[in-house]
Amino acid sequence: MKPIFILLLLSMTSQWLAAQDVDTLNLTNKDAVYQRPFIYEEQRSNLSAAVGGYLEANTNYFSTDGISEGYSMEMRRFNIFLYSTIKERIKFISELEFGHGTEEIELETALMDFELHPSLIFRAGILLVPIGYFNQNQDSPKWEFIDRPLVSTNLIPSTYSDVGLGLHGTIPIRDFSFTYETYLINGLQEGIITNEENRTFLRAGKGEERFGEDNNGSPAFTTRLALNKRKFGEIGISGYIGNYNIFKKDGLPIDEKRSLLIGALDYNFSIKKVKFLGEIAYIKADIPSDVGQNFGNTQWGFHTDLIYPFWQGKLFSWQNIILNASLRFEYLDYNVGKFRDTDSNISDHLYSIMPSIGLRFSPNTLLRMSYRYQWDTDLFGNPPAKTAGFQFGFASYF
Amino acid sequence: MKNNLAKLSSLVLLAGLLSLYACEKFLPNEPEENEVLDGPMEGLSYAQTRLFLEGDEAFSEVFTPEKGLGAYFVTSSCFSCHSGDGKGHPSTTLTRFGRWENGQFDPLTHLGGGQLQNRAIAGFEAEVIPSEANGIAKFTPPAVTGLGLLAAVTDATLLDVADPDDMDGNGISGRVNYIEPPDFFSPLEWNIPDEEGRYIGRFGKKAAAIDLLHQTVNAYNQDMGITSDFDMNDPINYAVSSQQTDLIPDPEISAATGQSVVFYLRTLKAPIPRDESDANVQLGKQLFMDIDCGKCHIPTLKTGISDITVLSEVEFHPYTDLLLHNMGEELNDNYTEGLAEAAEWRTPPLWGLGLSPDAQGGEFFLMHDGRATSIEEAILLHGGEASNSRTYYQELSTSDKEALISFLKSL
Ligand code: HEC
Ligand code: HEC
Repeated sequence: MKPIFILLLLSMTSQWLAAQDVDTLNLTNKDAVYQRPFIYEEQRSNLSAAVGGYLEANTNYFSTDGISEGYSMEMRRFNIFLYSTIKERIKFISELEFGHGTEEIELETALMDFELHPSLIFRAGILLVPIGYFNQNQDSPKWEFIDRPLVSTNLIPSTYSDVGLGLHGTIPIRDFSFTYETYLINGLQEGIITNEENRTFLRAGKGEERFGEDNNGSPAFTTRLALNKRKFGEIGISGYIGNYNIFKKDGLPIDEKRSLLIGALDYNFSIKKVKFLGEIAYIKADIPSDVGQNFGNTQWGFHTDLIYPFWQGKLFSWQNIILNASLRFEYLDYNVGKFRDTDSNISDHLYSIMPSIGLRFSPNTLLRMSYRYQWDTDLFGNPPAKTAGFQFGFASYF
Repeated sequence: MKNNLAKLSSLVLLAGLLSLYACEKFLPNEPEENEVLDGPMEGLSYAQTRLFLEGDEAFSEVFTPEKGLGAYFVTSSCFSCHSGDGKGHPSTTLTRFGRWENGQFDPLTHLGGGQLQNRAIAGFEAEVIPSEANGIAKFTPPAVTGLGLLAAVTDATLLDVADPDDMDGNGISGRVNYIEPPDFFSPLEWNIPDEEGRYIGRFGKKAAAIDLLHQTVNAYNQDMGITSDFDMNDPINYAVSSQQTDLIPDPEISAATGQSVVFYLRTLKAPIPRDESDANVQLGKQLFMDIDCGKCHIPTLKTGISDITVLSEVEFHPYTDLLLHNMGEELNDNYTEGLAEAAEWRTPPLWGLGLSPDAQGGEFFLMHDGRATSIEEAILLHGGEASNSRTYYQELSTSDKEALISFLKSL
């Protein structure tokens, strides 16, 4: 029931927003249910909204230190997009995600863009926060790997969408395009230090309530600036700054203001036929010292992907198939620092390497297969837990 | 040419699909049973294995403020102190305090003693040691393996091993600690109380916990600020208020969860020695007995009749007598529990000793507060009843010392 309801609501909102030129005086109250722009726009054969989406599914076989839960299959995502050009230079886009069937249903995007000029577009609604590259560019069929980069999910908490408003735009400079995005959003919340991960974990700071109201009445600020060179690639720097905790209630101070800062550098470019893609994130959080040293106040990590199309041609009478070989390196340090008691390093880090093969039937559809080997070291620096495994899956836009 | 490539790529795909099944080779190996401390005892039934796994899950559960953590606590899961069921890292060491006055020890409960909760959930302040305290001790988390066997040794056996008045005149006089039982304690057939209704303690560094439930309930309460059906009071920070600060409805865990953890602890396997047949290790074992280490760290104990078959009437090798010994002034922290004196400590089991660094971040942190960073340092800290034994150790040749230490590392 619920997802359908949300969907309906979404499409209705979009249509209502498109209803600007309807003569409202002639409407009877009784027929209000039918007096909606998407109905008469459709009757006038003006298709007013486009529907699209993607889906992805895969198999998993992993083992940690020789112990495996065996083989299993996973339906990761089924996402639906609704798009509408409401009026010239006024756009609406939304994305509704069904993760693992209906286990996690999330409205990832529902926003309006009002373009005053290509270099000045006003955006408001539920938007993907512009930290790094991945968060705004996470549609699975775009990626050669089944798993998302860990720096993009466990440091930058992708998919991170939030309610906000702000400006974005593109400024062409010769061969380059300079793009900027800058928004005020409600921001991440206290979950970053009250979670079952037992570490500073931004992902856990995405409280549901953020779509309803700001937890502390002080919005967070986020921005991304990027330079794009046509036919070469793009480099971006981005950041987020905000207070994550509740420091005031009923007008009374109950805590110090605790800030969270995220900085990211992302790149994607091609040299000859090899594509390089990745991001680096750095996090600085003001963590109360009494919660324990397992909550780090500094984290950083990166991933870098190398993608090489090693074959292109005809296969089983499909034309223009591309076979990509890819490799991903990842490193995350959840807790940069030293133990107060021993002056030894706090570990809590991981390394991972993941080769992958992707068979692209079209730019929008691929089969892919990857192998991963990962070393997780606990807080104290004990011998790492070694995890490795195979995945096979597909992803496609529709 | 193209056709070949097509074949090639379909081969690659096929190989990949096959690898889903034939992939064990590319996966990390399971470490040998004797290289890790965690895992169940051999011979558990399906039902017992299920209970073990339930307890394992509860032991690893991370508590958050929403689940009742704190408001004052030390860490947020059993696992974070007893990582991999092994000893704890110094950053998880806990602190206890109290006050000696006129030869009487007062754990300063009215000021938040005996245990310090040195962490607090966000927005609260952690407890600090009150100025009244003049006895403070630190406790490094011990390994929790093989405890089911230790719990199944009868009181009669402990009383039999004890020699409080050193009747045999060897300078070693192990004795039992007697502890006021908590309300929820239910004695087993073989529990032997003293005249005042106190029972023999055997867990903890001062042997202040009578059984594993006692230890577990206290750990939930004092280490994590988690209330249970057995103990409904959260720790209090008297510097803030004498009222409870945690608004999560009590109990925060059920009796069943507490019991499942006890079952887990009871059925965790005992550490398995390595390199037993190595000549140096065997020499070390001989020396260990010759220089009286084995008078306290007694190699073999036997359990009584137990409800769990694998624990019933079995001989095992923990290298402890579970008794209190005066360890001399250097190890006297002016702090105590139950009837133990401040310089008295319970002999810790030495099984699993060699694997300690795998849980302590690659180093040794031995003795009750982790002050010894090598086995040799630990031995040299032995005083009091163990002075003779230490002296014998110091008199050993370098190669004999090495043999002794390689034996200890093989445990
Ligand atoms: C803050 C760290 C910490 C946490 C959390 C913790 N422990 Fe412990 N544990 C210790 C220390 C330190 C000792 C030694 C205590 C003593 O001597 O009284 C200990 C002792 C024990 C013992 C006795 C072992 C022996 O050989 O005598 C058991 C059993 C035990 N813990 C179980 C648990 C369980 C179950 C939990 C979770 C409910 C838990 N612990 C949580 C630090 C911790
Ligand atoms: C009188 C009894 C006694 C004798 C004899 C004795 N020990 Fe101990 N041993 C103890 C006690 C009690 C402790 C714990 C002291 C503490 O926690 O501060 C201990 C601790 C240790 C530890 C550290 C264990 C740990 O987990 O932290 C080692 C290693 C050790 N003993 C080895 C030896 C060796 C080797 C000998 C012979 C040279 C020996 N002991 C003789 C009672 C004894």
